[in-house]
Amino acid sequence: MARITRDEVLHVARLARIELSDDEVAKFQEQLANILEAVSKVSELDLSDVPPTAHPLEIANAWAEDVPRDCLPLDEVFANAPDRDGDYFRTPPA
Amino acid sequence: MTTGVGSTEPEKSGGADLRGAGAGSWEPVIGLEIHVQLKTETKMFCRCRNGFGGEPNSQTCPVCLAFPGALPVPNRRAIEETIKLGLALDCTIAERAVFHRKNYFYPDNPKAYQISQYDEPLCARGHLDVPTEHGVTRIGITRAHLEEDAAKNVHVAASGRIHGATATLVDFNRCGTPLVEIVTEPDIHDAETAKRFLQLLRQTVVELELSDAELEHGSMRFDVNVSVRPAGSDELRTRTELKNMNSFSFAAKGIEREIARQIRIYEDGGVVEQETLHFDPAHEESPPLRSKEEAQDYRYFPEPDLVPVEPGKDLVDRLRATLQVLPGARITRIAETLSFYDADVLVTGGLDRLWTSLVDAGADPKEAANVLANQFVAAGIDPGTVDAGELAKLVSARAEIPRAAFDEALAKVGERGFSADPYLEQKVVADTAELDPIIQRIIDANPAQAEQYRSGKEGLLGFFVGRVMKETGGSADPRVVNERVRALL
Ligand SMILES: [Zn+2]
Repeated sequence: MARITRDEVLHVARLARIELSDDEVAKFQEQLANILEAVSKVSELDLSDVPPTAHPLEIANAWAEDVPRDCLPLDEVFANAPDRDGDYFRTPPA
Repeated sequence: MTTGVGSTEPEKSGGADLRGAGAGSWEPVIGLEIHVQLKTETKMFCRCRNGFGGEPNSQTCPVCLAFPGALPVPNRRAIEETIKLGLALDCTIAERAVFHRKNYFYPDNPKAYQISQYDEPLCARGHLDVPTEHGVTRIGITRAHLEEDAAKNVHVAASGRIHGATATLVDFNRCGTPLVEIVTEPDIHDAETAKRFLQLLRQTVVELELSDAELEHGSMRFDVNVSVRPAGSDELRTRTELKNMNSFSFAAKGIEREIARQIRIYEDGGVVEQETLHFDPAHEESPPLRSKEEAQDYRYFPEPDLVPVEPGKDLVDRLRATLQVLPGARITRIAETLSFYDADVLVTGGLDRLWTSLVDAGADPKEAANVLANQFVAAGIDPGTVDAGELAKLVSARAEIPRAAFDEALAKVGERGFSADPYLEQKVVADTAELDPIIQRIIDANPAQAEQYRSGKEGLLGFFVGRVMKETGGSADPRVVNERVRALL
């Protein structure tokens, strides 16, 4: 059973700037532990000869030429913005 | 509305005495991290325009605004230019490079991660040879990788100071534009070499035409890591980071001051704390200042939306073939003819190709360097616009034509179809038969000064020479005037 401590949950929450209640910490502790355990199945295999995978597709160099395309009109840029100040997005003070 | 950015005062370390350093008992250890904005047409992972001057948020799209479901597509030219820089720095170009997500939460970054590179960068293990008066200093390049820039934040307050900031305004035009990060080994041991390295790297980047690399516009930015250790030891002690320095000279001064501060702390039995010192709060934009325990905890993982980059030998060979002789090598070569100082000024000023053309056209090497480094730079002319043959004529005739004619010609030397000939016809007046009566008249008109000169106030020579030059409209030969004024007095 993969373990994740309460402190680890709080640390990750702080990195993500998320505030959690005590109940949520307990809930995520369990859920994250389950995820880790599922993933840790992989370590049951001997993978010492397998190079790390960065991507499941066997392709490389998917790129585009450096040619501009139209940008979004401002009304679409701000369509979902909770707060706007002129042509700027406005957020709480950082 | 008052805008203000940043929260730290410039570091004040007081008197920067280099106690101990003179005795050679402490060795500074300096590493640099440089960011250069690529001047591609489009951004790194979307095809929004990459450029200054647009209205806020007018150069944005679902990718760079991080709308759900939008997918990044890398800019091929940005990848090629990073490889080119890597080759110029003698790096190994990765056979396979991978983009990673660097996770952090801040309003300059709408995805909550920056696409960057981590353990498989495009370029690694290179070096830059920095010419100095005492030969070449080799500075190791740990890596050069490609990433995306962040948005511009403006912190606003209802009144006065930043502490009362009420909101942050975000302009995403810069968000997602291509940025190359270059990290050096801690191979630098004095401020002067750090400064020369930065100047040389800047010139290299400019000549490769991959960035304007202008400090004042933020298209080149750098951080400096500084620590000191007992001379002869190879330990690495706690380092401090200097950020937001907006000139190379300022950086050199800042480094010297920080070295002195650390030495003083150690000699007083203290401990240097790991910290970041901000030098120019007006230029501070990001990243967020994190607490010590959160620093470096970016939870890097491979960007699942992007496949690896595999440059391939053909591409690397093609890019290598485009490289010209690099600035460092040119400084060393020109220093065989001129002093190291002159060679350095010419090359890092982007003037050495013109200098070579002037010399090829028959100008004296030293004279040509003098004119370029002084009058030419002061006139603010783009070296690329100059007909070297015409400028060479001017340089060679400098002593024979009136100063005023020379200055006037130089100001116009960048103009289309410029010819030096009309200026060369204005010969300087060196004929004593012509000058003597003028000089005599001026001496007669200023008997008091003449008397003072004769009784030992030699400084008054300049007074008379100045009057003669003015009287002749600048056409007299100053050397001859000097001689004749002395004689006639
Ligand atoms: Zn975009």
